[in-house]
Amino acid sequence: MIDGFLALYIFMLAAFTGYEIISRVPVILHTPLMSGSNFVHGIVLVGAMVALGHAQTPLETAIGFLGVLLGAGNAAGGYVVTERMLEMFKSSKKAEGK
Amino acid sequence: MAAFLPTLVKASYFLAALLFILGLKRMSSPRTARGGIVWAGAGMLVATLATFFLPGMHNLPLIAAAIALGTLAAWISGKRVAMTAMPQMVALYNGMGGGSAAAIGAGELLKFGAGEAASTTQLVLGVVGALIGAVSFSGSLIAFAKLQGWMDRRFVFAGQRFVNALVFLAALAAGAALVAGRLEVGVVIAFFALALAFGVMMTLPIGGADMPVVISMYNAFTGLAVAFEGFVLQNEAMIIAGMVVGAAGTLLTQLMAKAMNRSLANVLFGNFGAARGEAQAITGAQKPVEAADAAVMMAYAERVAIVPGYGMAVAQAQHKIWEFARLLIERGVKVRFAIHPVAGRMPGHMNVLLAEAGVPYDLIADMDDINPEFPATDVALVIGANDVVNPVAKTDPTSPIYGMPILDVASAKNVIVIKRGKGTGFAGIENALFYADNTRMLYGDGQAAAAELVAALKALDGGH
Repeated sequence: MIDGFLALYIFMLAAFTGYEIISRVPVILHTPLMSGSNFVHGIVLVGAMVALGHAQTPLETAIGFLGVLLGAGNAAGGYVVTERMLEMFKSSKKAEGK
Repeated sequence: MAAFLPTLVKASYFLAALLFILGLKRMSSPRTARGGIVWAGAGMLVATLATFFLPGMHNLPLIAAAIALGTLAAWISGKRVAMTAMPQMVALYNGMGGGSAAAIGAGELLKFGAGEAASTTQLVLGVVGALIGAVSFSGSLIAFAKLQGWMDRRFVFAGQRFVNALVFLAALAAGAALVAGRLEVGVVIAFFALALAFGVMMTLPIGGADMPVVISMYNAFTGLAVAFEGFVLQNEAMIIAGMVVGAAGTLLTQLMAKAMNRSLANVLFGNFGAARGEAQAITGAQKPVEAADAAVMMAYAERVAIVPGYGMAVAQAQHKIWEFARLLIERGVKVRFAIHPVAGRMPGHMNVLLAEAGVPYDLIADMDDINPEFPATDVALVIGANDVVNPVAKTDPTSPIYGMPILDVASAKNVIVIKRGKGTGFAGIENALFYADNTRMLYGDGQAAAAELVAALKALDGGH
């Protein structure tokens, strides 16, 4: 069980991690990175799966289904657009080497 | 339920969290960025598959169906969308994540209402996460609609802030009632209706130019919502990933607002372009130039800086411009692309658009790197950029863009501006650069003008 101060510590450490990772990113990667971090919170899909997996009433099932649908969209869409953007970044040195 | 998670599923969540952080770290360098998203993707896949094996899960076919549907729709739209439309797609997918977090919150609140045990912390974070998620959901959808051009840019009425504050307070009151134990279906519905309405109303008055900052903020919102709902579900992967994105998104939002010389409060509550007094008059005339003359100027220059703006991307001129730049490079001209932090529609968007045309990233220079080089630059070629090269930002304190960092194009020896007509930019401000003595205007559609430049350069080569 994660509760109280343990949760607070996790929140704090994760927040610092996120802050530190981004602070070293060059501006040219900001758009892909925003898209990439958008993909990462697609992990919400896992939570929505749990919610739907434990749904009992029809209302809970409908809400859970919506949650999984949206979560899957977040994860899949975030991945596709980020990958498409990053695939295009090439260095002229590398291109000449080939 | 969470206390009985089998070790294997827990281990896979740990692996996923690790891969997310490593993946984001790899995305911080252009060389490793591509691998970064693949690593993060692997983490997502592992966590999703492992969740199917959690004990006590029902509705497995329904879950699989929802995943298949959501993935398919997003995958196809993500593959098809044009690179210029990237900001609104990020907004759309981000809104989906917020909606998913809100749905989790709704489901859990209903369960708590039906008698499932919950600690006060779970209840509070569940309500707060649902509120943030719902605001992010409806707000992101409005942001998407605005950037897609489905909606008038701004929607303002008298007393708007007051009404918005009332709606927000009402949502808070409903949330407080839920925390206090009034977990009835009616209260839950009222709470979500108010939260969704607030997201819409808060986004409506914000103009298109400020949208990137807002999208970035909603990205951070969704991260936080995911982390809080992760706590409610006692899911470590959600807590870590959500919090990392929440913090990273907050920083990114600040960086963007700073690059645009606006505070976040100003973006959310301010009125862009509200007059601060009479603008200083700009004297002089715009001096036109023919494409052939412009091409010759650059062909015999030592250093050329190309300054692209969103207008170039709208005209789909980036491929022609890159062809032109390559011809110059073959002639021995030192060519660099100068990018303002907010060129395009969000920071780094222009880099993506240039990368799509095949421009190598080492030819692309940030504002801070290139600004000291402009005095030694023979020709600065401005295409589709306006406000980010307007010297008024440095000289006229009454201008709405006063204080915004700009590309110091005016200090180059010669400036050529490719522009459709004599109109003003996105912010509706006259550009003193266009009237400067060393500036020549090349009127025309971006793509056509670029094609003329290419043809003129080729004719030059053919003639020798």
